[in-house]
Amino acid sequence: MTNAVAKVETLHFPHRHLLTVEGLSAQEINFLLDLADRNADDNRQAGKKRDVLRGRTLINLFFEASTRTQSSFEMAAKRLSADVMNMNVSTSSVQKGETLIDTAMTLNAMRPDIIVVRHHAAGAVELLAQKIDCSVVNAGDGAHQHPTQALLDALTIRRAKGRVAGLTVAICGDILHSRVARSNIVVLNTLGARVRIAAPSTLLPAAPDRLGAEVFTDMWKAVEGADVVMMLRLQRERMEGSYVPSTREYFHFFGLDQEKLARAKPDAIVMHPGPMNRGVEIASTVADHSSSVIREQVEMGVAVRMAVLEALARNLPKR
Amino acid sequence: MNAQSTATKRPARETKSAAATAFINARIIDPASNRDEPGGLVIRDGIIADVGPHLRRNAPEGASVIDCKGHVLAPGLIDAQVFTGEPGYEHRETLKTASHSAAAGGVTTIVVMPDTNPVIDQVSLVDFIQRRARDNAIVHVHTMAAMTKGLKGEEMTEIGLLKRAGAIAFSNGKTSVANTRVMRNVLLYSRDFGALIVHHTEDPYLASSGAMNSGEVAARLGLPGVPKASETILLERDVRLVEMTRGRYHAATISCAESLEVIRSAKARKLPVTCGVSINHLTLNENDIGPYRTFFKMRPPLRSDDDRAAMVRGLAAGDIDIIVSSHDPQDADDKRRPFAEATDGAVGLETLLPAALRLHHSGELPLMSILRAMTINPAKLLGLHSGRLSKGAIADIILFDPGEPWVVNKDLLRSRSKNTPFDESKMQGRVLRTLVAGETVYQYGA
Repeated sequence: MTNAVAKVETLHFPHRHLLTVEGLSAQEINFLLDLADRNADDNRQAGKKRDVLRGRTLINLFFEASTRTQSSFEMAAKRLSADVMNMNVSTSSVQKGETLIDTAMTLNAMRPDIIVVRHHAAGAVELLAQKIDCSVVNAGDGAHQHPTQALLDALTIRRAKGRVAGLTVAICGDILHSRVARSNIVVLNTLGARVRIAAPSTLLPAAPDRLGAEVFTDMWKAVEGADVVMMLRLQRERMEGSYVPSTREYFHFFGLDQEKLARAKPDAIVMHPGPMNRGVEIASTVADHSSSVIREQVEMGVAVRMAVLEALARNLPKR
Repeated sequence: MNAQSTATKRPARETKSAAATAFINARIIDPASNRDEPGGLVIRDGIIADVGPHLRRNAPEGASVIDCKGHVLAPGLIDAQVFTGEPGYEHRETLKTASHSAAAGGVTTIVVMPDTNPVIDQVSLVDFIQRRARDNAIVHVHTMAAMTKGLKGEEMTEIGLLKRAGAIAFSNGKTSVANTRVMRNVLLYSRDFGALIVHHTEDPYLASSGAMNSGEVAARLGLPGVPKASETILLERDVRLVEMTRGRYHAATISCAESLEVIRSAKARKLPVTCGVSINHLTLNENDIGPYRTFFKMRPPLRSDDDRAAMVRGLAAGDIDIIVSSHDPQDADDKRRPFAEATDGAVGLETLLPAALRLHHSGELPLMSILRAMTINPAKLLGLHSGRLSKGAIADIILFDPGEPWVVNKDLLRSRSKNTPFDESKMQGRVLRTLVAGETVYQYGA
């Protein structure tokens, strides 16, 4: 859970950590999106660098391999003038048997200001946050949460559509294992969108109807009249018979192609958190089509992460 | 998403008003409408144009008339479990020989099992079966596709695409899926496509080396036993999984009273569960094995006579939905071995109806119940529009004499394999004529 530290009345994002989007108000989310919106415009200028985090240290602690998210956080931090350290887990003491808590305590002793953590186990980031003094940003914990992804998706939608409220968003694919889906359902609901999820039953969690979305096992129906079609990545090891029979069958019934997309609104946008499996969950023609905002998502990723770091930095102890 | 193409024989429609054929002076038995009365039936363009008591003596003008001489006119039988050898073991049986065997037994629709070489686990193989059946078979042939790749019980097949290609249901053939997680996922996944999962329930670890029913007879013969629990354990597991997933589930062939209890309780809980029984388990028991007669070796094994009687009662009560032949052609060479080493399986298409009529003659089951389990019930289970004598239905019809006595001679069977447990058995009841889509595909004595 986020720790509400209401220090100053005027703060719009009164949190020490960003561990989950659960519990964030629409006002708080919009505050971050407004901030990010300005960052996005600034990032298109020649002079991108600001001094907001000058003197602050940020550690990117990634227990799970990631190129995109890690580099996105690194770039966001550097544009705000923070000193960034990337922890390479494969060569770290984690591989030597150190526990998560010990790693956290060790890093804590180095007095960083913000730690960005990704871990393969749900709940690991929260556990870590309990043990250290600095701000913690969840960059993805297992199939639980990926807050900055949901925020950047919301910003992308808002910029493309001018609003989020009232839109119909179909999230399609491996819902079962997706922290992206879980985070997006929360943020989109908070902002007033109608959320649908679509997957074969083998890729839905138990009681999917309790997640706050309308559940479909037929993707054609799920994308009917949608304003936004958000595709999820299907992990390679889940493609060959364990959860779905084959990539061919998955693409046939759950891959986004022109035919299925035609069921959505004519001005529908297509999203994907990346990296894409072309020809598995999305056809190349759709991924590269003008309705695709997949590259904008990457751009908004940096802007949103800057906004998150900036908002958390305002709550850091002054020296 | 659920479009189905099948190798169904289409009624011929070349001419607008093809000559009608009228069957008069018949005893019409149609379990779908609970009809058992004297009457007649008219076929036009491969379709049942009319049926009822008013046709008992009167044929429409211009129709060619067939006098049924009071014999039974019923829907053609639907057999939901037929093993053939095509592709891969054509020396045992082809789709063609199986279909001739079926026609002679009054079976107008067969569902062929995926236990072939290669296993029917891909769209192209379903296509192959449908094409071969269209070109060579004289009855309707539907394909039961594999539910796991290679029937290995590990990875599920392309259930969605296979169903679109025409697979009528999904099964793991003669083997059971031991991995509970795989079975759960198959049931979950198939539910999205409304696909029917047909499962042979036998715990492979418990049944492993067993050769016959575990019990006194096996003990005396010194043969390793297959406990009844090996069937009920897996069946109970499957019912729990159906409860969790709500997938459509059919237990292929149950063989003991305990399994019947499991089915009964699942049905009482309104679960989408059905079950079948093989003709062998309704009419034979473990004592028939006698001095190591390998033609009585099968899976599930023949059980005690108490179990057999329980199966008959289950059928009478409607707890058992369908009767299958479990037709399983095997080489004589593979059967002529020490009992424990001999292959499982018995042919059954041609003896299905006469063997079932034994239950009628012995007073154990009404004729209506017997026919229901081989016509309208399998039709409903498989989503077929046949299995009934109603106006507009496809003219898949049989004419049989329930009283005619005869003796089975395995050498006269049309099946390419002769491994029948009924060789030299006295039967009472014989199919006189079989029509598929209005065309006579078998006529006794012709």
